[in-house]
Amino acid sequence: MNGLLQFAREDRGFPPSLFPDYRATVARSPREALVHMPQTLTEVTGPGPVWDKLMGPAIHDLTTQHKGAPLGQRIIVFGRVLDENARPVPNTIVEVWQANAAGRYIHRKDDWDAPIDPNFTGAGHVISDAEGNYRFISIRPGAYPWGNHKNAWRPAHIHFSLLGPAFATRLVTQMYFPDDPLIDIDPIANAVPLPYRDRMVSQLDMATTTPNWALAYRFDIVLRGKNQTPFEE
Amino acid sequence: MTLDLEHREALPRHDNQNPDLFGQTPSQTVGPYFHYGLPWKGGADLLGQSEIGPRLDLVPPEHFVLNNAHGSGMPQGEAIEIKGVVLDADGAPVPDAMIEIWQANAAGRYNGDADMREDVPLDPHFIGFGRAAASAEGIYHFRTVRPGRVPGPGNTLQAPHVAVSVFGRGLLKRLATRLYFADGEGLDMDPILSLVPETRRHTLLAQKRDDGAWWFPIHLSGAHETVFFDL
Ligand SMILES: [Fe+3]
Repeated sequence: MNGLLQFAREDRGFPPSLFPDYRATVARSPREALVHMPQTLTEVTGPGPVWDKLMGPAIHDLTTQHKGAPLGQRIIVFGRVLDENARPVPNTIVEVWQANAAGRYIHRKDDWDAPIDPNFTGAGHVISDAEGNYRFISIRPGAYPWGNHKNAWRPAHIHFSLLGPAFATRLVTQMYFPDDPLIDIDPIANAVPLPYRDRMVSQLDMATTTPNWALAYRFDIVLRGKNQTPFEE
Repeated sequence: MTLDLEHREALPRHDNQNPDLFGQTPSQTVGPYFHYGLPWKGGADLLGQSEIGPRLDLVPPEHFVLNNAHGSGMPQGEAIEIKGVVLDADGAPVPDAMIEIWQANAAGRYNGDADMREDVPLDPHFIGFGRAAASAEGIYHFRTVRPGRVPGPGNTLQAPHVAVSVFGRGLLKRLATRLYFADGEGLDMDPILSLVPETRRHTLLAQKRDDGAWWFPIHLSGAHETVFFDL
C-alpha cells in the first residue's frame, strides 16, 4: 500500500479498444494485454485550477462567436460533472465540439456535401462550478454520413472532453439526444453495451427549457471516483 | 389553460440519471474532426515560448477560436524536445491522433492539488500539462523540461517519466502509456517499469536523437506494440 487513495478503475460500461464493427479500431487497438499498475503520484494528480492559463477564458455561447446567428435550433446543454460516488467535481474543464445543424464540421477534411454555416464554429469550453455545474448554449447538431459501412450515419452528437481531478480521470465521450433512433444502429455508440450506452444519452429538461427561446438537454457526466480499497501489491 | 399543462414533463426515453444506471460515463472516440475543438495554440509548448500544438492547416482561420496559451516566463530546468510518430498495426502513420502529456517539474513536483509535498518546490512558470495534434505524417512534438524524480509506492523513487495519453479516430478510449528517458536515473529500480515484461520495456524508453530531441514512437499495435497501462 502506497498511502495514496486510488481512483476506481474504468467500469463495465467502458467500450473495448477493439470493436470490429467500428472498422478503424482494427488497426488501431493494442493486442497485448494492458499492464496493470498501481496509481502513483503521477496518476492521482492533474492540473490544478489553472485552466485559463492553458486554454484562456471560457467560451460558453457557441451561437455568438461570429457576425450573425447560426442556422438551426438553439439548445441549452447543461448538467453536472460528478464522480461515481455522486460527489460534484468542481473546477474542471469541460470542452465541447460538434457539427452544425446540417451535420457538417468546420474542418477541412470534412467533405460531406452539406452546407457550412459561416456563423457557426461549434467549439467551446467552460469550467465546472463548485457544485459541478456546467452550461453551454449551442445549436442542435445534425446527423452525418461516414464511411464505416454502406449507409452509415452517425447519430447527432456533441463531443465532450473532461480532465477531472487527475490523469486517471481523463475522459473523452459523446453526448447523444434522447429522440434519436440512429443511436441503436451506430457502431461507435454500440461499442458500449446496454444499459451503459444510455449513460451517454441526454435528457430533455422542460424545467430548464426557456419559453420562446431554446430547448434544454441535461447531460450529467460521471468520472471515476476515489476508491476506498487501496491497491494490493 | 391549467397550471398542470405548463408543468408537464416529457417522459424520459433514456435517462443517464436513473439511479440503476448511475456510474461512469463511457468513453467514446475523439473522431477525426477534433482539430478546431481541442488542441490550442501553444498547447504543446510547456515552456510557453511558441504556438506549437494545433493543426492550423485543418481549420479555416476565422473558425480557430481556441485561445493562445500565454507563457509567464521560462521554467527552471533543462529544456527538452519530445517527438515521435504514431503508427498503426501495419506501420502506417496515424495523422488524426492527439497526444497529451502530464509531468512533474524539474524538481519533481506536480502542479496539482493532490501533490501536497511542501519540501519540493513548485515552479510558477510550469504547469506540466500539454496537448499536441499529430501532423499529416503522424508526428507529434512537445517542448518541455526534463522532469525530476517523484516518489512511487512504498519507499520507492520513480525514474524520471512523462505520463502520456493517446487519442484518435478509431480509438474508442484513451490509451495510457509512459515515456522514460533511456539515460534516466533509476530505470532498473523503477516500480512501474519493473511491472512490464523485460522484452517490452524498450517501448517505453525515449532515445535521444542527433537533433537533440527525445524520440518516442507510439505503436498502437503490431510487432513493436507500445506498452499501454491499465491504471
Ligand atoms: Fe463527430
